Amino acid sequence: MKLMWFHLMPYTELPADFREANPSVWVDIHSSLFDPKRAHLMYNDFMDELEYAAQCGFDAVCVNEHHSNGYGLMPSPNLIASSLARRTTDTAICVMGNSLALYNPPTRVAEEFAMIDVISGGRLIAGFPVGTPMDTCYAYGTNPSQLRQRYHEAHDLVVRAWTETDTFAFNGRFNQQRYVNIWPRPIQRPHPPIWVPGGGSVETWRWCAEMDYVYCYLSYYGYKAGRATMDGFWAEMERLGKPKNPYQAGFLQFIGVGESRQHAFDLYAEAAEYFYGRCLHVDPKWATPPGYTSEGSQRAGIESQIRKAADSNVRGKSTGERFASVAREMEAIVDNGYVIIGSPDEVAEQLREVAVNLNVGHLMLLLQYGNMSKDLTRYNTKLFAEQVMPKLKDLHSGWDDRWWPKPMDASLRAAVPAFQPRLAAE
Amino acid sequence: MSEPETLTVDVNGFPTRIWRKGSGPKIGFLAGFGGLPRWVPFLDELAKTRTVIVPSVPGFPGGDRGHSVLDSHLDWLLAVRELLEKADLAGADLAGSSVGASLAAEVAALWPAMVRKLALIAPFGLFDETDPPTDPWAQRADAVPGLMVNDPEIWKALKAVPDGANSVEWPIEQVRASESAARIFWPLGNTRLEKRLRLIQAPTLLVWGEHDKIMPRSYADKFAAGIAGKTEVRVIPGAGHLAELDKPAETAAAILAFLG
Repeated sequence: MKLMWFHLMPYTELPADFREANPSVWVDIHSSLFDPKRAHLMYNDFMDELEYAAQCGFDAVCVNEHHSNGYGLMPSPNLIASSLARRTTDTAICVMGNSLALYNPPTRVAEEFAMIDVISGGRLIAGFPVGTPMDTCYAYGTNPSQLRQRYHEAHDLVVRAWTETDTFAFNGRFNQQRYVNIWPRPIQRPHPPIWVPGGGSVETWRWCAEMDYVYCYLSYYGYKAGRATMDGFWAEMERLGKPKNPYQAGFLQFIGVGESRQHAFDLYAEAAEYFYGRCLHVDPKWATPPGYTSEGSQRAGIESQIRKAADSNVRGKSTGERFASVAREMEAIVDNGYVIIGSPDEVAEQLREVAVNLNVGHLMLLLQYGNMSKDLTRYNTKLFAEQVMPKLKDLHSGWDDRWWPKPMDASLRAAVPAFQPRLAAE
Repeated sequence: MSEPETLTVDVNGFPTRIWRKGSGPKIGFLAGFGGLPRWVPFLDELAKTRTVIVPSVPGFPGGDRGHSVLDSHLDWLLAVRELLEKADLAGADLAGSSVGASLAAEVAALWPAMVRKLALIAPFGLFDETDPPTDPWAQRADAVPGLMVNDPEIWKALKAVPDGANSVEWPIEQVRASESAARIFWPLGNTRLEKRLRLIQAPTLLVWGEHDKIMPRSYADKFAAGIAGKTEVRVIPGAGHLAELDKPAETAAAILAFLG
């Protein structure tokens, strides 16, 4: 079982009346709410937290990409990842990921990911999300009618750039490049493992199954809502006659560990309510650019609503409908399974169920969320690492994780000296 | 209101619907945002004295998934020209609304012999950052009817699932129409049509709904100033962006009077 520590990097000082006073946390969130000097401290806290998670023994640290977003301060996760490559030694670095269609040329992603892979000695997990409507179509102005076609073409270009030995011409529908020849080349051969975060579309299940990529469901709505999506992926795998190796799946889950359930409830309520209340306050007008959702997924959604199927809670709902129906009070947040809380034993027990029921070998854990302080984040992280992690490591041990980074031999890797500022007196 | 004759032609491998009704000199019509999922009274008004011919814009209702292979603006314009030719509209009068009006203007600019006289209802294609159009794709679903027409019930009736229609495919087709428009005009609606307006020689009527909430009235003057041919601006009282839906008789009368 792999336990991965994920940071969204939320701005932690959105005002208490944010929901009432602002239309959206995303796309048109007002610049007056952003204080760069406060954000200086936030970024440095967040990077400390990621490094701390690595020290505590998490298998990976994870970062992701958002634009014009008050709960995701990483327009470029690659910048954070490159710093982590220097400040960690053996932990995998999961960039989850780069939204391929936003890069022109997409060769840029092949280059930057290769840089991170080389600097880190082969520890990169390369995540390729399509990206949310807010990030891609609105904040970045990408045409929703071409987004998926551009994504797939960019994927083909990046993989070729990593694997072809000679300079080649790329003659794509949207990208033409006469001389593709990236330097550096990734350490991991044929290329870093590719993981794909999906939102429950049939096409993405099939694509991951066929390409032998890891399918990840990065939902903020927990294991109860995530069940249908992961079941859909495994049903597709079965249909294609593929083994149901849990390591071909990843799942995101919010966690709060305390001494007891009530202790955890009290500790994490503020941060969770900040996240679900303020951070997920997204104007639904940003949620449905036409063409973003494939016609196949629209069809599946409409049909599931007609059937009133159990999975219509999340699948078949537009992003906007999901945001509108989010629980925002701690009681409901916990009841709905958005955040798993409890004593170490209780959290371990629930996560075992998640990992088994969803058949997931990679759990991406959010142990910082909302305005959680650095102290509480460290407490949550340490308690999880010391008392929850050992109870989960044996899960899925009969399977081989073929999708984990294969770094250089540690003895061959560069020694990275700790930073030692010169004393003023020198 | 009787049903039109329906023909199907092939455009880039996609079956594309052409409606035809009436008699007299031909007039083509290219639909506005959202397309025409059903025949509308405005077309009957035109058919009283004209042979009205309505080819579906690729991706609009009746246009199948024709938009999905159109990547560049040139792809779009060639597809529309081919469509007009196959609809037997070469050299005829041409009207269009909103999205379709922009395409009609393009055809008149690039291939002047294709269009005798032109009538444009609140066309897309320009962008003035001091007076930007409303973003039709960044709206809550319940706001769309009131933006497209002055009387939201007209839009709702246009888009309602007809008896006997496939209740799954119908809403997907309506999303597809919006996607098709996005494929041409995302994100600003600006196709740099401004550069080509001077190539339009055809006499051109610019029709604007009095209460257009999508395309500001100032764009009528921009089109009029840019077009080389003689222009005239007509405002339709009580109409919204898709004036032909709000005020079919008045809009048709204004167009027919101009075309002569």
